[in-house]
Amino acid sequence: MQLTRTIRSIAITLAAGWLFCPAPSIAGVLPEDRADLMYHYYDGGGVQIDGPSVLVRKKFKEKYAVNASYYVDMVSSASIDVITTASPYKEERTQYGLGFEYLRGKVTYAASFSNSKENDYGADTASFSISQDMFGDLTTVQLFFSRGKDDVTRRGDDVFSEKVDRHIYGIDVSQIVSKKLILGASWETIAEEGFLNNPYRQVRYVDAVPLGYSYEPERYPHTRTGNALALRARYYLPYRAALQGDYRWYNDTWGIDANTLEIAYTQPIGDRLMFDVHFRYYMQGGADFYSDLYPRANSQNFLARDKELATMDSQTLGFGLGYEFKVPRVEFIQKASVNLKYDFMRFNYDDFRDLRPTGYAPGTEPLYSFDANVIRLFFSGWF
Amino acid sequence: MTMKGKQLHFAVLLTGLLALSWPALATDGAPPAPEFRLANRAGGEMSLSGLRGQVVMINFWASWCGPCRQEFPALDEMYRKYKPMGFAMVGINVESEKADAERFLGARPVSFPILFDPDNHVSGSYGVSAMPTTVLVDRKGHIRWQHRAYKPGDEAEYIAQIRAMLREPS
Amino acid sequence: MIPSRALFAALALLAFSGCSHVEPWVKPYEREKLADPIMAWDRDPVASSYILHVYESREGARGAAGGAGGGCGCN
Repeated sequence: MQLTRTIRSIAITLAAGWLFCPAPSIAGVLPEDRADLMYHYYDGGGVQIDGPSVLVRKKFKEKYAVNASYYVDMVSSASIDVITTASPYKEERTQYGLGFEYLRGKVTYAASFSNSKENDYGADTASFSISQDMFGDLTTVQLFFSRGKDDVTRRGDDVFSEKVDRHIYGIDVSQIVSKKLILGASWETIAEEGFLNNPYRQVRYVDAVPLGYSYEPERYPHTRTGNALALRARYYLPYRAALQGDYRWYNDTWGIDANTLEIAYTQPIGDRLMFDVHFRYYMQGGADFYSDLYPRANSQNFLARDKELATMDSQTLGFGLGYEFKVPRVEFIQKASVNLKYDFMRFNYDDFRDLRPTGYAPGTEPLYSFDANVIRLFFSGWF
Repeated sequence: MTMKGKQLHFAVLLTGLLALSWPALATDGAPPAPEFRLANRAGGEMSLSGLRGQVVMINFWASWCGPCRQEFPALDEMYRKYKPMGFAMVGINVESEKADAERFLGARPVSFPILFDPDNHVSGSYGVSAMPTTVLVDRKGHIRWQHRAYKPGDEAEYIAQIRAMLREPS
Repeated sequence: MIPSRALFAALALLAFSGCSHVEPWVKPYEREKLADPIMAWDRDPVASSYILHVYESREGARGAAGGAGGGCGCN
């Protein structure tokens, strides 16, 4: 792949340049030591997922840092796909992560590893990044690379075993423009190869049966390469508040085109409270080979009826409130906070139909849409 | 271009860029320290000329700066120890408003004088290019050392330089 | 599409220029507002990584969430 080879050679050149550069007496700073404990909850479209998320980070000698994470999804799924083609199920996914950082002069080298496991899917990821502050610390450039390997199996099928190989390359640039304004831009390329579909999901086609349609397994291409470009700006408002705008463009080899727009506002209230509000709008054009209803069995090379690949849009409105406090009698914790974030999401599909209501001719069923409630409750401690 | 040609091209480019960008070494002598007169947190004003004859450490700091906060206890200890020998220290706060600095010092007081430079004129005249910046001025009023940034352990270097300058005549 | 060699040269220059000193238009002592925690791109990584995961699980697009840099610029 020409693009990935180019990015790889650029990355190697930059890394070599950074190593050649004499370590200056001036350095950067690593982020503060902290521990976060979060309870996450999602309820939407017949799916409930909740669980804990823990993140701890600690630095040593202002040069090295370690971080570790633990995350669990406890899934109870009676989603529309499950209801129409299978039966409700429960499962659990656990993810562990470990990361290391090394600060030398103005450059931070980071490596991280993560492992995710559920009863029919395992994923291992290794990521590396180099980040440098330059031009009087007004510019920060980060290059990152990630490699993932997934194992796909199928419940109730001991023979089925497939793999996914993933490469991610990206560059992130942050630029301070004035005392109150910072801009950012990111580019990311995600290249995947292997078994990219879901071993349980089915597509439907017109058939001379009482229901009017029948099911067959979905069939996806063996590769998928996507590119994303994001631009963002964060501005300090004079009465002490922050306003951020984000835009992201995405496009991939499956024909999915997506645009994301988000605005966020942060307002401290007094010394201890922090209020956040954000609105996000997302729209995507569906995959080339996607269809809600195929004209006959095996009508194309690739078949997909995953609503995630449909033409759809979503809106999210979220609020957050945080309260900062000192923990009495515990000197070790410099400060702590408790935070609650609530997000309301709405998903609308233009070409994915709700097959639950009866009495509709195939292809005329109402278009599907659903709402979701997302809650994040977390405690943070700085030490 | 052939493989060898490409490698040569790359090597030349690399060497050229390396040569161009090698940092210039500061070879200034011992310039006179720019005069200042700033409001003192303890009341009144303080000027650099008023400290002539002593070894002076000027520390530019801000409450929002992590390494500055880390440096303070070490500076305080240095001040207490060497003050009787003719050592003076001033902590110049560079923030545009006093509230955050006052809150920080209320929680973690220090014994050396704190001056305020809200318009950043003094920071500019000293060419402060990192936070924190620690400037060491000798008994004759010349800048001898300028330390940019702070990492735990740097104070050992400061102490060695202060002791050397304290032995000099005024 | 920018020719990759030109891009490569530009980025190499960028990398090496990190070695030399450039006069910033926002001085290190003027970064009070930028160093304020409310100006961080990502104040609570554990919360933001979760909501990103929620989006990526239900949408076709992925990536470019990013956000390094800014902050106090100390040391």
